Amino acid sequence: MRVNMTVNGRPQEADDVWEGESLLYVLRERFGLPGSKNACEQGECGSCTVRLDGVPVCACLVAAGQAQSRDVVTVEGLADFAKQRSTPCGGHGPGPDAGDATGGGAGRADRADGLAPGISISDAQHWQAKPAESASPELAPVQQAFIDAGAVQCGFCTPGLLVAADELLERTSEPSDADIREALSGNLCRCTGYETILDAVRLAAARASEGA
Amino acid sequence: MDFLRPASWEEALAAKAEHPSAVPIAGGTDVMVEINFDHRRPDYLLDLTRIGDLYEWEAGAEQVRLGAAVPYTQIMEHLRGELPGLALAAHTVGSPQIRNRGSVGGNLGAASPAGDCHPALLAAGAEVEAQSVRGTRLIPVDDFFTGVKRNALAPDELIRAVRIVKAAGPQQFSKVGTRNAMVIAVCAFGLALHPTERTVKTGIGSAAPTPVRAKVAEDFLTAALDEGGFWDSGKVITPSIARQFAELASGACNPIDDVRGTAAYRRHAVAVMARRTLGWAWESYRATADSTKGGAPRCA
Amino acid sequence: MGVTRIPTSLTQGSHTKGAIGESTLRPDGTLKVTGDFAYASDLWHEDMLWGCTLRSPHAYAEILSIDVSQALATAGVHAVMTHQDLPAGTHYGLEIRDQPVLADDVVRFHGEPVAIVAADHPETARRAAAKIVVEYRELPPITNEAAALAADAPVLHPHRTDSHAAHVPHPNILHRQPVTRGDVAAARARADVVVSGDYEVGMQDQAFLGPESGLAMPAEDGGVDLFIATQWLHSDLRQLAPVLGLPEDKVRMTLSGVGGAFGGREDLSMQAHACLLALRTGKPVKIVYNRFESFFGHVHRHPARLHYEHGASRDGMIQYMTCRIVLDGGAYASASPAVVGNAASLGAGPYAIDNVETEALALYTNNPPCGAMRGFGAVQACFAYESQMDKLAAELGMDPVEFRRLNAMTQGTRLPTGQAVDSPAPVAELLRRVKAMPMPPEQQWITADESGESIDVRALPGGLSNTTHGEGVVRGVGYAVGIKNVGFSEGFDDYSTARVRLQVIGGEPVAAVYTAMAEVGQGGVTVHAQIARTELGVTQVTIHPADTRIGSAGSTSASRQTYVTGGAVRHACELVRERVLELGRVRFGSYHPAWATAELLLESGKVVTDDGEVLADLVHVIGDESIDVEREWRHRPTEPLDPHTGQGFGHVQYMFAAHRAVVEVDTELGLVKVIELACAQDVGKALNPLSVLGQIQGGTTQGLGLAVMEEIVVAPDGKVRNPSFTDYLIPTILDTPSIPADVLELADQHAPYGLRGVGEAPTLSATPAVVSAIRAATGLALTRVPVRPEHLTGT
Repeated sequence: MRVNMTVNGRPQEADDVWEGESLLYVLRERFGLPGSKNACEQGECGSCTVRLDGVPVCACLVAAGQAQSRDVVTVEGLADFAKQRSTPCGGHGPGPDAGDATGGGAGRADRADGLAPGISISDAQHWQAKPAESASPELAPVQQAFIDAGAVQCGFCTPGLLVAADELLERTSEPSDADIREALSGNLCRCTGYETILDAVRLAAARASEGA
Repeated sequence: MDFLRPASWEEALAAKAEHPSAVPIAGGTDVMVEINFDHRRPDYLLDLTRIGDLYEWEAGAEQVRLGAAVPYTQIMEHLRGELPGLALAAHTVGSPQIRNRGSVGGNLGAASPAGDCHPALLAAGAEVEAQSVRGTRLIPVDDFFTGVKRNALAPDELIRAVRIVKAAGPQQFSKVGTRNAMVIAVCAFGLALHPTERTVKTGIGSAAPTPVRAKVAEDFLTAALDEGGFWDSGKVITPSIARQFAELASGACNPIDDVRGTAAYRRHAVAVMARRTLGWAWESYRATADSTKGGAPRCA
Repeated sequence: MGVTRIPTSLTQGSHTKGAIGESTLRPDGTLKVTGDFAYASDLWHEDMLWGCTLRSPHAYAEILSIDVSQALATAGVHAVMTHQDLPAGTHYGLEIRDQPVLADDVVRFHGEPVAIVAADHPETARRAAAKIVVEYRELPPITNEAAALAADAPVLHPHRTDSHAAHVPHPNILHRQPVTRGDVAAARARADVVVSGDYEVGMQDQAFLGPESGLAMPAEDGGVDLFIATQWLHSDLRQLAPVLGLPEDKVRMTLSGVGGAFGGREDLSMQAHACLLALRTGKPVKIVYNRFESFFGHVHRHPARLHYEHGASRDGMIQYMTCRIVLDGGAYASASPAVVGNAASLGAGPYAIDNVETEALALYTNNPPCGAMRGFGAVQACFAYESQMDKLAAELGMDPVEFRRLNAMTQGTRLPTGQAVDSPAPVAELLRRVKAMPMPPEQQWITADESGESIDVRALPGGLSNTTHGEGVVRGVGYAVGIKNVGFSEGFDDYSTARVRLQVIGGEPVAAVYTAMAEVGQGGVTVHAQIARTELGVTQVTIHPADTRIGSAGSTSASRQTYVTGGAVRHACELVRERVLELGRVRFGSYHPAWATAELLLESGKVVTDDGEVLADLVHVIGDESIDVEREWRHRPTEPLDPHTGQGFGHVQYMFAAHRAVVEVDTELGLVKVIELACAQDVGKALNPLSVLGQIQGGTTQGLGLAVMEEIVVAPDGKVRNPSFTDYLIPTILDTPSIPADVLELADQHAPYGLRGVGEAPTLSATPAVVSAIRAATGLALTRVPVRPEHLTGT
């Protein structure tokens, strides 16, 4: 079947989708957006968390056809999503207005045409670790906080955690530790012991309140 | 596999009539797991997420008519007053992401003995509004569960809504799992005080082939409260009454040993939860009685 | 950070920004938070096929026939392969090549691969695999020690030629290692107090979040390129090339992003299958396990039964200990022999005990194969000996921490292997520190509002499930300490290879570091850059992706990479620095006498004297040259343990951590909430303090998981009952407490920068500390982990 949806402000379309495919598979294998992770495919780890019409959901449990005509935000679009939320005319609340979308960051322009799903071998072979000081300024506050607080180790849980944490901070500007723990209780991390993840969310909240 | 996308409830019923093997899918929190893990390959998936009616609820004088696909998060946030037991149960479901998608209709459709809503529905009193092209049937929730993962729906029926009795008294829900979040019930217990009728109703999850009420325990407690004049006096329930209620609740279980827990533990835990939830609900009743009637004696 | 003793030789680079000792940030952090980091499962290639594996539904069965005709006839299927289609080698293994690439005439565990399919869509591949007809004749599985060692037990691997086969008492014993020292019989006669106990550790899973995955691409030269998530590229390569029938230089491996490992990627999983299908079809083949398959796709932590006996004198001195540790290795060898060596040599724990008789062995059974997991044989032993320490202290009427401190090993203490611990062993100090940390405040549950509506259940046992509002909740406190070896032991040639290039790029000196180290999340890439900055005085460092074009880095396991590959990077940098200085002497030596006379350093892009006088800019010294050095580096050698006495210089280094656990137990329901897990650990030198804390907190949490929830349940018929994240539970953020850490830095003079491995030690002691705290709250003996509600409620 054919499936259309808006992902990170861009219209996307896929053909020959098997009816049993999940939104996660379509994002990763058909739209070239593998940031949402396939860690459990049973809704028990949160690594594939995306916003579906603004609501955080496990993309592995949304049938591809159910996302038809919906609006999806993934970790790849989180920076734009957060930026749009913070600009006065961008409005506040779930889901960016697709019409206003400014498109992905420069780094992703080459595969925004939907023709080259996944990460190509040449990209994978030639990534070069760069010092964090040269980090792109095009990060959502919660993304920067995860880097700064040491909340990233293997990083496989990170995309889902970022989407969940960003949504928490959108709802609650000064969450208590108990609030953070509850909001992130659907996101498993096996590396960090969660301490630095809590630190990262606290840091992002504190920076937002300083900046406000 | 075909993916059916009815735009209206009527279309959905027609599709289900035409393809009785079609598997309805809303939140996907059960069905998609089965598909991802290759446990199920239905011929048709019947997507109900386009049908706005299923996501609405109406609170009447006696009942809440809860659309089958209203997500748990909405129940937690908006129906805590009318359906406190169900709201507590909804809060124990999976994770925030799951609660944003999963619904009571889905829980009933799957009819797992471990479904978190079931004990709360049994305790509150509810009817499942089943519809087909043939018409509407109201199935009392007590009669809904017919076996492990089996329910009373006919092949052409879909769940339109659940009609749940509005709480007139305190309700509690408690669930044992071996993790502090995102866990399937080892067993669960729901309890509702019905002060208007002066009855107590219960629901037990994951401790029998289907969710069940502990009817003997309910009858015992209803009688004991009545005979002791507890509803009027608002006295503290005596430990011996609470203990006997707990034992009878445990006796209503017919559990198995499985990877999540032993039968003996489930019986034990149901007794503990029965006693505790009764204590919390009764304290809450006493507090309300105190403030509204201004004076039921507080001493035991 | 606590006490710091910096090695006197460390002066080079200490003024350069981003050097060792700073919490510099991960170089891959930005890619990981934007979703752009390429994990193995993210890779994609035009025309790629999807691989799928058909696995045995039985734990032990003969294969009578396999019919793949219907699968092959399925539209979209490009290849189906069974054992008969293998082109060359048929078996693989880390040390012993006993594991079939695809089962031949017998399957030995539930989930063993039997056939593989390549198709144009994963669903097509799955449907085709389901059409393969395998006729099995089930055999009674061997699933415990008694069945494995019975006189008439079937021999699971009848034609063994491995080095352990000659000295094992039964062919179903894979390896057995006794360690004896002193005179236990005499000491037993002297002992005033003797305690013994039987302990059991369940089968834990690594549960790394990124399932096994990789992409194999056939190459024009007849070889194959494999992009893979692994812990050790060269070990995979050594096992893979013979299976493919290719020389190693035609099997080119590149590390892709790895979503955690913890030992579970030390063995091959889908590597051979993807390559075989790619070579067979001439197309790229991707295999990605889902979580269900992942539970069958890698080895687990050995479940263990342990019998311990300790004797002490009335004054609290331990006189002797004996133990027998039986590890279930499952169907194939994997890393079992080395796990046995660790359990045997570290089974007495971090205590000074002169009279010891220990014995550890691993069985062949029809249970899932077990191998490497964080803590590697030392975890199981630590649970048992720390349980014994509490029991002994109670018997003697002593405080359990003071009792441990009294018997703690120190630098110079001899292990039961006879090897003296020749670096700091601050066991007593770690215990003192962890005990001295402030206690979390007591909580008041039953409030004025007894209905509990004002209570935050998230802080209580049971959490959101609303099981208690304080009823039945009892607090307990427990302590534990452990010892783990760092690096590969018992005479293994443990080395790493690093290449470092220094050149001027865009007017700046830039170092490039190139190793085959598997970055699995631990932060090796961060630390390598710090080492290069330290040694070369530059700020710009590029870390190249790991592949097999350079020599082996060894495994990312045994807490060894910062030591060994870090050591190799440092060594290569030192050689680069020497060449830089030679070059400087040639070019600028005549301008300043210090070039000839002073000790010169590279700092902040300049050549300086040890007095800080600037002699030249690195940019000018290097000019157009590219200084490029590649070297192997090895730590000092170890020796095999004597097969009969276990004596020998078996280990190169040790790490120590101590925990204090504070728990609250709902004693009626048997539910546990860990309130705090404080840790004190000696790390020698914290090259990156933030990463060190991450290792301590992450390792601690895995230990917590083993204590209260994590276990792969294997039924008596050998079948895995909970291969999913619904029923194999790992801690969520609501299960994981605050983990304050007190980090000591007592340098090990034998190691680069005095550093010590970090990652494993906290996994050891967290488990017994939590269980000790639960014992304190409940008064129960609790001899098995994970502790289940049934154990706490007698049901």
